[in-house]
Amino acid sequence: MKVGFFVPCYIDMLAPQAAISSYNLLRRFPQLQVEFIEQGACCTLPLTDMGYTRKACALEKNLVPLMLPYDVIVVPSGVCTDQFRYHFDSIEQTHEVKRLRESVFDIVEFLHDILQVKELPWARFPHRVALHNGCHSLRFLHQARPSELMIPDFSKPEALLKMVDGLEVCYATRRDECCGFGGTFSMWDAPCAGQQGLDKVNDYVANGLEYVTSADFSCLLHQQTVARKHGINLKMFYIAELLNGDAKP
Amino acid sequence: MKQVNQVKLGARFIADTPHRVSHDRCLWAARMRRDKVASEIPGWEEMRALASQIKRHTLSNLDEYLRQFEQRATANGVHIHWARDAEAHNATVLRLLKEHGATVVTKGKSMLMDECDMRPYLEKNGIEVYEADLGERIQQLDNQRPSHIVMPAIHKLRSDVAALFAKKLGSDPANDDPRYLNSVMRRDMRRNYVRVQAGMSGVNFAVAETGAIVVCTNEGNADISAALPPLYIASMGIEKVIPRQCDLALFIRLLSRSALGLSITQYTSHYLRPRPGQEMHVIIVDNGRSRRLAGEYWEVLKCIRCGACMNTCPVFRRTSGLSYDAPYMGPIGIVLEPSYNLNRYARLPYSCTHCGSCGNVCPVKVPIPELVFYWRDLIVRKHKDELTHRLEEGMLKYVLLDARNLSLAEKLGLWGLRTLPESLLDSPLNPWARAHANPEPPQETFRQYYNRIHRSDHTDS
Repeated sequence: MKVGFFVPCYIDMLAPQAAISSYNLLRRFPQLQVEFIEQGACCTLPLTDMGYTRKACALEKNLVPLMLPYDVIVVPSGVCTDQFRYHFDSIEQTHEVKRLRESVFDIVEFLHDILQVKELPWARFPHRVALHNGCHSLRFLHQARPSELMIPDFSKPEALLKMVDGLEVCYATRRDECCGFGGTFSMWDAPCAGQQGLDKVNDYVANGLEYVTSADFSCLLHQQTVARKHGINLKMFYIAELLNGDAKP
Repeated sequence: MKQVNQVKLGARFIADTPHRVSHDRCLWAARMRRDKVASEIPGWEEMRALASQIKRHTLSNLDEYLRQFEQRATANGVHIHWARDAEAHNATVLRLLKEHGATVVTKGKSMLMDECDMRPYLEKNGIEVYEADLGERIQQLDNQRPSHIVMPAIHKLRSDVAALFAKKLGSDPANDDPRYLNSVMRRDMRRNYVRVQAGMSGVNFAVAETGAIVVCTNEGNADISAALPPLYIASMGIEKVIPRQCDLALFIRLLSRSALGLSITQYTSHYLRPRPGQEMHVIIVDNGRSRRLAGEYWEVLKCIRCGACMNTCPVFRRTSGLSYDAPYMGPIGIVLEPSYNLNRYARLPYSCTHCGSCGNVCPVKVPIPELVFYWRDLIVRKHKDELTHRLEEGMLKYVLLDARNLSLAEKLGLWGLRTLPESLLDSPLNPWARAHANPEPPQETFRQYYNRIHRSDHTDS
């Protein structure tokens, strides 16, 4: 299977470890030919999120030819995957574009649904870790049951984390309340985003949790920097850092 | 009219820790009760889907069902009036009151009457109006809008109510015991109730098949308005009609469970015809609804005004309903209000983190998260977007255009994070620094890592 590895802009610059662990994790599977999509830049979310749908068109046009040569595209970010799958609407929806949108997977979905990974013998992290399901992974990609829906319980990221030797999956008390990142929201509505973030990190602290993981590093970047601003010490790992055995206490 | 700045108004409430904490806890508790009662009855998700379909069907055949409702209600002896807009609604109410010589009226809670600004209009025309819902009456005494469609005074603390009652009703300012405060209000309102000459209420559901209106309250405020005086006026938006009596059960089961986590409201009152000696009037109001029905955002008309979206919204819980400065607030407010006045409410659709929780709790599946995108796109197309957004967009569209531009921007950004002084990085020039510490710059980007590994692969071979 030919896998295109797409690295979102914010991950490349501010959380490269998330991409490094994801890339090396994918390379462990011999059936995959993994290629980094070097010319890929951004999924266009920052523009469509603010309503600049038409401006996103040029960006989308650039991306399509870069992504077409692959059987699947794997993205280490739930929110960007959501963008490709459900909001990549600015350009003409040709047969190729539609196929492309269906071939994009977040790394959790790819490991859980496509590869159907059953064990991760290289991964060990004998600690309690809070799992924060980012809102887009949770409510739009349906990676776990959101607490609002009265449907049978399931969680793909939790199932994967349970394969890490010694790791105990824990949750904040308000386990799937939004942490307030919301993309540009965290800058233009800083008072509310900051309060949401602080409430979230205080929730971890109240539960005695020191490690946090998520399939959306955007949430973690927000939570970590809000925590630091308030002098709260929490260690955040992108989920692939734990799954690839790269996380160090 | 001046544009509402929800961010600025909300920031004041956020800074007021006791109020924010109490407000957030009360509403989160309502959300938790909702989860519990929804999980206890079988088929909750099927019920939501069915309710959404019934609303879709009814809204698609609204003319037919409204005519049927009018015909049945008229046959029951109810007077039906049609009002194109708020002005026509208010004028009809005033005319009816004048015809009956009524100058003192009480009313149950009604979002529609708030939407029409009816109370100030009547008061200007010499009518005394007494709100019969406790929270709404508190807000009336405080000269404020309701801050939540189901819990109008939820942003207030007990001590605020004690201070307000002391000022307006002469009670003991130091006593904020809810039983005492209730008794103060009861004593005051009973004095008013005996003088009342007409009663008014909103409508939760109008049943086309029977011509009945149904009003759901927890305090019986609609009941006192309907039962006491010789004239009863109920106002309903055109979207309140449902086809059959048997559809009603579904909506009643969903409404209070979603709103407060209670299996049913304390009072679910069905008004089929006037009491002997009473006149009953129903005013059916459009006020922009038929225009909304033709728009891409028509699904807002499915809303049954339960407030579940507000209880779950992380922004609403921390900023309170008054910060939206509009009759409808919270998630449903930010996708509804721009359709009343795009200029005034062009910023509201940005008061959203896109968490999607509102869409999941909505008992009739209004796709609020999608509608937020719809409005943001429209606001940009109508050039109502903010300058700061335009600046950001102008920069991003170049930075993100391709990998070369992005790499350059990353180098610049990381250089800045590594070398610029804290005083500059933490200044208001950096919008990130308002709520966050600056991120720690990594040793290398993924691209740099990849190139390094790739190069060493080559050297090895």
